[in-house]
Amino acid sequence: MFDELRDQICEHCWHGVERPCPDLVTCLTQGPVCHEDKAVAKARKELTKSLRRERLTKTTIFVGAGTCGLGAGAGKTLTAVRTYLARHNTQADIVEVGCIGLCSAEPLVDVQLPGMTRISFQGVTADKVDDLLDAVLKGDLPESSMILGQFRANELTMWDNAVFLDQHPFFAPQTRWVLANCGIIDPSSIDEYIARGGYEALANTLRTKTRQDVCDAVEKSGLRGRGGGGFPTGRKWKFALAAESEQKYLICNADEGDPGAFMDRAVIEGDPHRMLEGMAIAAYAIGATKAYVYIRAEYPLAIARLKHAIAQAEAYGLLGDNILDSGFNLHIIIKKGAGAFVCGEETALINSVEGKRGMPRPRPPFPAVRGLFDKPTVINNVETMANIPGILAKGAEAFAAVGTEGSKGTKVFALSGKVTRTGLVEVAMGTSIRTVVFDCGGGIPKGKKYKAVQIGGPSGGCIPTQHLDIKVDYESLKTVGAMMGSGGLVVMDEDTCMVDVAKFFMEFIQRESCGKCIPCREGTLRMLEVLQHITRGRKGEKGNEALERFQGVMYLNRLAQVIRDTSLCGLGQTAPNPVLSTLRWFRDEYEAHIFERRCPAGACTELRTFVIDADACTGCGNCKPKCPTEAIVGLPQRMHYIIAEKCIGCSGCFDACNHGAVHLAGMALATAAPVVQEASDAVVGVFAQGAFKDWHGGRGLLRE
Amino acid sequence: MLTIDVNGRQVEAKEGEMLLKSLQRAGIQVPTLCHMEGLFPTGACRMCVVEVSGMPNLAPSCALPVQKGMVVRTHSPRALRARKTIIELLLANHPDDCLYCVRSNTCELQRLASELGVRQRRFAGARRVHNEDVSSPSIVRDPDKCILCGKCVRVCEEIQGVGAIDFAGRGSQACISTAFGESLNIASCVFCGQCIVNCPTGALREQSHIKEVTAALNNPELTVVVQHAPSVSVALGEEFGLKPGTDVNGVMTAAFRQMGFARVFDTSFSADLTVMEEGSELVHRIQNGGVLPLMTSCSPGWVKFVEQFYPEFMKNLSTCKSPQQMLGAVIKSYYAEKEKLDPENIFSVAIMPCTAKKFESGRNEMMNEGVPDIDAVLTTRELARVIRMRHIDFHSLKPEAPDLPFGERSTAGKLFGATGGVMEAALRSAYFLITGKELENLKIEAVRGLKGVKEARINIGDLELGIAVVSGLANARALLEELRAGRNDLHFIEVMTCPGGCVNGGGQPFTTDKEAVKARMQALYTLDRDEPVRTAHSNTAVQRLYEEFLGAPLSEKSHHLLHTHYCEREVTT
Repeated sequence: MFDELRDQICEHCWHGVERPCPDLVTCLTQGPVCHEDKAVAKARKELTKSLRRERLTKTTIFVGAGTCGLGAGAGKTLTAVRTYLARHNTQADIVEVGCIGLCSAEPLVDVQLPGMTRISFQGVTADKVDDLLDAVLKGDLPESSMILGQFRANELTMWDNAVFLDQHPFFAPQTRWVLANCGIIDPSSIDEYIARGGYEALANTLRTKTRQDVCDAVEKSGLRGRGGGGFPTGRKWKFALAAESEQKYLICNADEGDPGAFMDRAVIEGDPHRMLEGMAIAAYAIGATKAYVYIRAEYPLAIARLKHAIAQAEAYGLLGDNILDSGFNLHIIIKKGAGAFVCGEETALINSVEGKRGMPRPRPPFPAVRGLFDKPTVINNVETMANIPGILAKGAEAFAAVGTEGSKGTKVFALSGKVTRTGLVEVAMGTSIRTVVFDCGGGIPKGKKYKAVQIGGPSGGCIPTQHLDIKVDYESLKTVGAMMGSGGLVVMDEDTCMVDVAKFFMEFIQRESCGKCIPCREGTLRMLEVLQHITRGRKGEKGNEALERFQGVMYLNRLAQVIRDTSLCGLGQTAPNPVLSTLRWFRDEYEAHIFERRCPAGACTELRTFVIDADACTGCGNCKPKCPTEAIVGLPQRMHYIIAEKCIGCSGCFDACNHGAVHLAGMALATAAPVVQEASDAVVGVFAQGAFKDWHGGRGLLRE
Repeated sequence: MLTIDVNGRQVEAKEGEMLLKSLQRAGIQVPTLCHMEGLFPTGACRMCVVEVSGMPNLAPSCALPVQKGMVVRTHSPRALRARKTIIELLLANHPDDCLYCVRSNTCELQRLASELGVRQRRFAGARRVHNEDVSSPSIVRDPDKCILCGKCVRVCEEIQGVGAIDFAGRGSQACISTAFGESLNIASCVFCGQCIVNCPTGALREQSHIKEVTAALNNPELTVVVQHAPSVSVALGEEFGLKPGTDVNGVMTAAFRQMGFARVFDTSFSADLTVMEEGSELVHRIQNGGVLPLMTSCSPGWVKFVEQFYPEFMKNLSTCKSPQQMLGAVIKSYYAEKEKLDPENIFSVAIMPCTAKKFESGRNEMMNEGVPDIDAVLTTRELARVIRMRHIDFHSLKPEAPDLPFGERSTAGKLFGATGGVMEAALRSAYFLITGKELENLKIEAVRGLKGVKEARINIGDLELGIAVVSGLANARALLEELRAGRNDLHFIEVMTCPGGCVNGGGQPFTTDKEAVKARMQALYTLDRDEPVRTAHSNTAVQRLYEEFLGAPLSEKSHHLLHTHYCEREVTT
């Protein structure tokens, strides 16, 4: 009877942008409200059911085609699936879904046969498609390593010998609210979103709630800004609601700039309507008629999905003028940012939207009073927006029931670095870091030891082993010098040098400082130089440089304090955190660099020197030609030596030695064979973001 | 009014004002490098940070609204340490060549480093290395010394409405740049020099003509004559420790003679001449249906502004040359003829409160048969430098009278030095030209004062004139936009490029004090009040010049020597 939700309901009901109706959403999903028509109501329910894929007439194949999936080869997988279907003349729907979160298992392919539950397979590169589909389309399962798990559904037949996805260790500890639809629904279909209850909250809000009601509900829910600052969202809205102005603005901050963070991208790519619905509710609450999504131009797929979603919502009359006959107008404009980290800061973002250079302004006046184009403006992060429909749908109490005293609801983290499973994790506030890293993330790969997790991006801090049980909430993290931040979680193992980590973040901050205020512009450069100097080898130093190295260390703390104390915006005020935090927990590593001139993790190349173990060396001579500085001497079949003064720590000899005879000077020699480990393996999740492109070296050179 | 506690003292503050303002009123000094009176605070330099009870970080007093009961400590160890560290950070990559710097002793960075007791290079950073931009005829940019306070950017954009420079680059690579990093001579810069007077360091300075002038003075074949603009004599004294607004006209004349200038003339004379020509042009345009409103053309920055941004208004600009160029032209014609000098052997120097005058003197239109009207232009600051270089004891000099014929002036010409002065002088003479009678009250209050935009309707005989007086090019831009939109009630518009007029010109002594500018202006008004010759048309030297040489205003000779034309300019924006 109906193919899609927008098809005309019955002879009486015809809903379009020109004829808005407050009951549109209910009418579309459950049938007419204004009169009784059982046949239509039944057909509507059937349609929503099939949109929820609770009833299928045709096999459906889902391919995880978010940016992360595509990076892992989902594009090729998709082609292979199409080719397979054409070749076998098989009828099946192919749906490109967003990211379900388990990036390290990409490319992911789900298959749902009519009458059966949907089942998810991991690591389905193009070459594995044929075997997989051969088996699954016949109702058989492929080798167990490919099976991720099956979805739970009451009315459908289950697969034998396949675990449930929600029991998978990655998913089991999670509370998926924001990511509920990500990787599951077709992000280009507004119908699928509506069929799963989407836009009901908006319709209900516009029909029954005043602006004040909405602000009250959000404040009562305890929702705090997910962009990092953690300011109570409801309170922010109330400031803007109270400000009198003929024009107000709402801005959704999708300028996700932290290295290793990709939560917002995944939400927009996987479930754009959730954010749009949240924005519509927020705009209504504060009385804004114009909203901007400020999004990085580096997110082309997200931008395309968002454009499409806005167009759809406008076509349904869920955005635009007189939304659902409420008299409320909202126009959403996409504003692409050029990728400056500082543009995530509210006032810099406002300048950027206004077409000016992205530089922060002093606050007060706060944007809620005087923001975009000098009008009251509320700026919320994508994840904050995506939480709004849930709060309005389920109620503030239900939202506040999850979480801790001061931090309610859930938080999405982008888990990356040296951890077995990387990806997006959404956990209830109050979950421990240990759960996230060791349960969801599966711990540190290759039997290495956990060292720290960097949380909160460049403004955040490290959490060492002794604080692994700390709860993720805004207050607890501050007690150990870290912060919630936007949700980047980079795991580091024993091969990571913490001075090097601090240096990486200082480089980032220094490069991304807008240059406006002196402490941030000049101070971060000086701090970076101190770190560069202590990781620099004595051999390369000239003139007074060794003295300057010590001088720098002496003033490091003073510098950090002044930068924190006097900088104009959040970027500067938190700029010293990576140094202060690593210094707090890993002072010994700094001291080893400064006083002993060695890098305990063996990551700082200029500080390492190799030696050859006399007992293990066979005199094979493999190492000799690999040395670029001719530092290795020795006769054939006799023990070889490395001249320390000439060694530049390149590790060429180490890699060449088959006998485990070469090892780092100053390190205990173990008897085990050398474990050379590709750094790129370990930081794969971060590399996928391109954020660590300047990350240098970091090979694991310690022996167990 | 509310009360706040500052350093244990009760201080009165006004509701809604920024803390810095209250502190200044109470006489509590807090240093700043980026604060600009009257503009929205930018909060860039962080020098004015103070400790406020209940606030976790130090707060910038320039951007912190006062609140009742606020407890502030302006010089706590924490605040002092922060300020000192900020200066040390600025010095970390600064060229550190104070001995060679043009701003030595007037540099705010140097002063603060000294005041805060910086005695060592605590942070050793690599020096900044940029190329100096010497391409402009008026302004030299030395980005190595730039501390990125942003004042030049703001004055250029917000006060002057030009926007020739802005921030570029990120982090430590941030710098002030023209569009596409082009050199200043092809940028949209109008050479007003407001960036220089606002720059706290030596990153911006005038293109110096001192060398050319001293060389000419030592060349026996040249007759070196000098003229000085109306606002120079009321500002120069500040360079020698005198109170702002002290008129040093006579002493300055004596100094010129000691330096070896053959003749000392006064640009105010040619200001009178300008009044005659421009007043006649106004009357002519009104009576013959010419293009109105007539706009003044004395200010070369404004002229360039029209040429590049609003070429459709070039026909509104008076064709009169500026007083500097008029005097230059009559020196090398009338005066040369009279003294039997070869114009080629006259070296004509102008002392100006202005950097754009350097550009103006080099314009192709400002030549007569291949001989430039003016050979060199020194700013007031450069003049002071030459006086110091010659070790002339400014304080023991006896005032001397200028040379004739161009030393004679009315106070109307002198008024050219402040915003509204050209208008006032022109109205006095226009009244006489039209009605044949003198104005009863020569003081025209409506056009006086530092306000950026002043408008009035003035009756001259049967004629009602709509006049506007504008200073600061952003104000001029706004007025031009009104005209563009169809406003048509104005007959005569005076525009001075710099806010407040030449008394606040880009070549004047450095001051951060608005009161100093007011005092300079007041000095001009005082002269006008006290002296007997107060209208341009009663300047006998001007009358004689017309009798002996030019004939009458707007005569053919006048047109040839005293009038000019304009050309549309393409600039990078």
